[in-house]
Amino acid sequence: MDHLVQIILISVILTNLAILGSHPLNTCIRAVALQGVALGVLPIFLHGREWSYHTFLISFMIIGLKGFLIPTLLFRAIRDVAVRKEQDPLIGFTASLLLGGGLVGLGFAVSSGLPLPAEIKSSLLVPVALSTLMMGLLVIVTRAKILTQTLGYLMLENGIFAFGLILTKELPWLIEMGVSLDIFAGIFVMGTLMGHIHEEFNSLSVRKLSNLKG
Amino acid sequence: MIALLLLITIPILGAGIAFALRNNKKRPWILVPVAIFHTAMVSWFWLSDSFPTLGPWLLLDSMGKIVLGLISVLFLGASLYAVGYLRQRSERNNRIFVASLLFFLSAVTVVTLSHHFGLLWVSLEATTLASAPLLYFNHNQRSLEATWKYLIICSVGIALALLGTFFLAVSETAAGPVENPLFLPTMLHHSSSFSVPWLRASFIFLLVGYGTKMGLAPMHTWKPDAYGEAPGLVGFLLSGVLTSCAFLALFRVLQVCQAAQQADFARPLFILIGLLSMGVAAVFMVGQQDYKRMLAYSSVEHMGILTLGLGLGGLAIYGALLHLLSNGLAKGVLFLTAGNIHRHYGSKSVSSIQGVFRRLPVSGVLFMAGFIAITGSPPFGIFVSEFTILRSAMSDGRWTVVALFLGFLALIFVGMGRIVLSMTLGEPAGNQPQRGVEGATRAPVIEPWLTILTPCLLLVSVFLLGIYIPSWLDRSLQVAAALVGGHR
Repeated sequence: MDHLVQIILISVILTNLAILGSHPLNTCIRAVALQGVALGVLPIFLHGREWSYHTFLISFMIIGLKGFLIPTLLFRAIRDVAVRKEQDPLIGFTASLLLGGGLVGLGFAVSSGLPLPAEIKSSLLVPVALSTLMMGLLVIVTRAKILTQTLGYLMLENGIFAFGLILTKELPWLIEMGVSLDIFAGIFVMGTLMGHIHEEFNSLSVRKLSNLKG
Repeated sequence: MIALLLLITIPILGAGIAFALRNNKKRPWILVPVAIFHTAMVSWFWLSDSFPTLGPWLLLDSMGKIVLGLISVLFLGASLYAVGYLRQRSERNNRIFVASLLFFLSAVTVVTLSHHFGLLWVSLEATTLASAPLLYFNHNQRSLEATWKYLIICSVGIALALLGTFFLAVSETAAGPVENPLFLPTMLHHSSSFSVPWLRASFIFLLVGYGTKMGLAPMHTWKPDAYGEAPGLVGFLLSGVLTSCAFLALFRVLQVCQAAQQADFARPLFILIGLLSMGVAAVFMVGQQDYKRMLAYSSVEHMGILTLGLGLGGLAIYGALLHLLSNGLAKGVLFLTAGNIHRHYGSKSVSSIQGVFRRLPVSGVLFMAGFIAITGSPPFGIFVSEFTILRSAMSDGRWTVVALFLGFLALIFVGMGRIVLSMTLGEPAGNQPQRGVEGATRAPVIEPWLTILTPCLLLVSVFLLGIYIPSWLDRSLQVAAALVGGHR
C-alpha cells in the first residue's frame, strides 16, 4: 500500500515537470487533469485500510472535479479561442524545468526542517505538496498566456490540497466540499473571463494586459 | 436560529429572482427590499442585544455584530444608489450585476458569522468570485484587464490563506487529536497545547493571504486597477464591505495568537505592514493623475491604519474598530460622488476636470466634504479614530510610529488636497458647446436624487460619529476590542 502512495506522489511531481516543459496547451491541460486524478485517488490509500464512506466521497468528488470537469472547461476555453501553444514565456522551457527540479529539492529541504505530525504515512507527502505549490507559483509568474496562469493556479491549489491530506481525519467534509466548490467556481469565472478577454483584445497574452499603470 | 438562516438565504433568493427576471428596468428594485430586510434583521439583533447561532459553526459575537452592522448599513445605501445608477446605465444588461450584488451580500454575511476558519476561508473566497462580475460591468478592455488582475492576485493570495488555515490545523492537532478543530471557541480554550512553529508559519500565511484581500502593501497591486476601472458603486462595496470582512479575518487570527501567547510575534508584523501600506499610499498619492486610483490608494492607507491599530494593541484596538466604521462610511461618500463626477465628465483624469462645484454642486460639495472627512480633519469620525490610535502609540512611547504616522498622513493630505481642489474649483472647461452668450456659465446640473441621497446620509453619519459616539455603540466597541486585549 505504501508503495502505491509513493508512486502516486512521484507521478504528481512528474506531471508538474511535464507542465513546466511542454509547449502545447493541450498537453498541459492533460497533465493537470492527470495530477487531479492522482490527488483524488490519494486519500483512499493514504490512511491504510481505515476506509470510510467519507473518504470515498471526497475522492470521487475530487476526481470528478479536478480530473474531468475543470479540464473539460479549460479545453472548451482554448477551443473557443483557438490557442494552441504557449509562446515566449518569461523563462525558457529548459530553464523552467531546471528551476522546477530545484524547487523539488527545496520542497524536501523545507519539509525536513518542519516538525511534522507523527501519523503521516508517507514521508513524500509534504515535500511533494510544497514543491507542487511552488511550481504552480512559478508557472503563474513566468508564463505569458492567461490559460497557463490558470493552470498555475490549479497546480498551486493542488499542492495545498495535497498538504491538506495530512488533515483528512481532522477536517469536516463540509469544508472540503466548500473548498473544492470555490475552486471550481473560480476556474469557471476565469474561463468565462478568458472568453471576454479574447473577444476584446483578440489575444490571450498577458503582455497585452498592460494598460493600467500608476 | 431561523433569523440567521433567513439573513443568509433571502439575498440568495433575491439573486435567483434577479437572474430569472427579464425586465432590465425593474430588476434593480429587487435590491432595495432585500437590503431593507437585511438591515431590519440586523438592527433587531442590535436592539434586542441577542447573539443568535446557526448550526455548529455560525454564530454572532460582538466583533461579528459590529462588522455585520456596518456592511448591512453600507449595502442598504449601495442598493438605493444602485437603482439610480442602473437607471442611468439602462443600455447595459444588469442581470448578472444585480444577481452578483445579492450573492455578494449573502457571502459577506456568512463571513461575519463564521467561527470556523475553514468556513471563513470558503466564504471569503466566495466574495472574491461574487465581486469579479461586478468589476467588469463595463465590458471594455480596461475593466477586463482589471478584473483579470484582481482575480488572479486575490485567488493566489487567498490560496495562501488556505495553506495558512491548514498550518493552523496542524498546529492545533500537534499535541493530539481534538474535537472540532479550527472552531474558534474551542481553539481559544485549549490554546496552550498549540505547536508554536506551526502557529507562527500559519500566521505569516494568513497575514499575506487575507492581507492581499484587504489590500495591504505590498500585496495591494490589484487595488488601484480594480477600483479605478469598476463603477463607483462597486469601488464603494469593495473598499467598505469587502475589506472590512478581510479585516475581520485578521482580527480572528489575532484572537488565536493572543490566546496562544503569540501576540508578541504577531503585533510587530501588523505594525510593520500597516506603516508600509501607509507609506506606499503616500508615495503613490503624490502626483496621481487619476482620481479613482487616488481613492484606491486612500483605501490602501486606511487598511494600513486599521492593521497598525491591531498591532499597537490596547487603546488602539478600540480606535481601529471605530476607524473601521468611519472609514467605511466616508469611503462611500467619496466613491459614490466620484462615480457621479465620472459619469458626467466622462473622464478619470484629474487634469481634464475643473469646476465640479459649478457643474455638479451637490456631488462637488459632497466630494470635498468626503475628502475633508477621509483625511482625518475634525469634526468627522475619522479624526476621532485616528487620534485614538495616535494617543495609544504616544502613551506606549512608540515615537517612531507616531512620527511616521503623522508624516504619512500629512503627505497624503497634501497629495489628495491638490487633486480634489483642482477638480472642484475653477470654471468648468467649455468642452461641450454652449448655447447663448459667449462666456456665460452653464447652469448647474440637477442630479437624480437616488445618486445623491446615499452619499448625503453617509456623510451625515460619519459626521455624527465624529461628534458623539452613542453609549450602546461605545459599549459594543469596548466588548469587541476586549476580545484581542483592547480597552478604552
